[in-house]
Amino acid sequence: MDVISTFIADYGQLFVDGTIDTLIMTCVSCFFAYVIGLPMGIAFHVTTPNGLHPMKVVNTILGWIINIGRSIPFIILLVALIPFTRLLVGTSLGIWGAIVPLTVSAAPFVARIVEQSLAECDPSLVEAAQAFGASNTQIIFKVVLRETLPSLVRGVAITFVNLFGYTAMAGAVGAGGLGDIAIRYGYQRWVTEAMVVAIILCVILVIIFQTFGDWLARKVDHRRRA
Amino acid sequence: MIEIKNVDKIYETKEGKFQALHDVSLTINDGDIFGIIGESGAGKSTLVRCINLLERPTAGQIVVDGVDVTGYTGSQLNTFRHDIGMIFQNFSLFQQQTVLKNVTFPLDVRGEDSKKSQERARELLAMVGLEGKEGRYPSELSGGQQQRVAIARALANNPKFLLCDEATSALDSRTTIQILDLLQDINKKMGVTLVVITHALSVVEQICNRVAVIDKGVIVEQGEVADVFSNPQSEAAQFLLQHTAVSSTITMKKEA
Repeated sequence: MDVISTFIADYGQLFVDGTIDTLIMTCVSCFFAYVIGLPMGIAFHVTTPNGLHPMKVVNTILGWIINIGRSIPFIILLVALIPFTRLLVGTSLGIWGAIVPLTVSAAPFVARIVEQSLAECDPSLVEAAQAFGASNTQIIFKVVLRETLPSLVRGVAITFVNLFGYTAMAGAVGAGGLGDIAIRYGYQRWVTEAMVVAIILCVILVIIFQTFGDWLARKVDHRRRA
Repeated sequence: MIEIKNVDKIYETKEGKFQALHDVSLTINDGDIFGIIGESGAGKSTLVRCINLLERPTAGQIVVDGVDVTGYTGSQLNTFRHDIGMIFQNFSLFQQQTVLKNVTFPLDVRGEDSKKSQERARELLAMVGLEGKEGRYPSELSGGQQQRVAIARALANNPKFLLCDEATSALDSRTTIQILDLLQDINKKMGVTLVVITHALSVVEQICNRVAVIDKGVIVEQGEVADVFSNPQSEAAQFLLQHTAVSSTITMKKEA
């Protein structure tokens, strides 16, 4: 018991702060990734050759942006974006310094999974909506996004867990968070307990997010279940 | 009145051109229950989709109540579609919306006051015999009930015309009869003109007053149902009649 209470006295506050930092980074970057990625995903879906409003040039350009964005490894993006991050939030350090590259990195990923979710919408429902005189905007917001909501929710859960993992790498720019603790204490200072606790916390948090995401996706799903 | 004038529909596919409709001309009068019958792939679904311009004719015109609508686009097209209801083989109900929201959809799209549209939807749901199901989701209903919801939705805008694309093909025979009765009622009591696409002769027999037979994209025969059935001129119509006669004999044998 002594070992545990000593550990808590020494590192308790560190882990509380680290967990909060990780959660802030994950939530904020997830939010902004959707602010950018959701419209991109919708635009890509709408402009595909069989989409509601086919636009070849726009679709091709969006496709390139999404693919290039997704192909740059996060750890490289993190460093490469430092000047841009400074310009945007005034610093490249700390959680705000990490949120910018996290967002930039996740947005194309979000665009891709949103587009894949939207593609699941039954085309006959789009046709029905057209038959009732719905405009393309109405079809997107009243039909496609609603019909694919369970899949979109699952996409958020995946994005969230991915970003949660990326925040660990953000420790490289002094971002704080659980990953940072694991590297600085667990790896660099040989505090094995800190490493173990950081890993356990990560696992528990990911399980909680994923379980919540799955539960929510089921909750909003009113379709026939196989 | 719906006038289909010399309509061609040609699809450009990778294998070349495919002509789904060939010089189709039909007149559907107000008050008609007009059947369009043909084998699968004959072009009947394409034809009915040309009426509300879900498919755009490659050539020819669609004239509704004297107005050529063939070139309509954008909001003009959407406004025109408010006057034409449509029901589908697989019901095409919005799975993530309640029965009530499905029925108010055509009204919501027009920006109608939501209280009024809900009232209207409740009336229609009562009319199709689904009182008390307002808060359910389509997946909780039977096929026949789902098609009733679809009918209520199609009538929300008080349309003059109702297009029925294989509306009973996914239903069992008992439910089919009930749905056809309902459609006939709608025609008689509300004065809605019906265009009924089907491959089943029995559907035409039960509710239609006029019929057109379509074969490989060509209208081979049209007229009063009684005339066409008693004295079929085209090979396609004769085949349909024979085929049905055979199948009903089989059914009789099975039942006996």
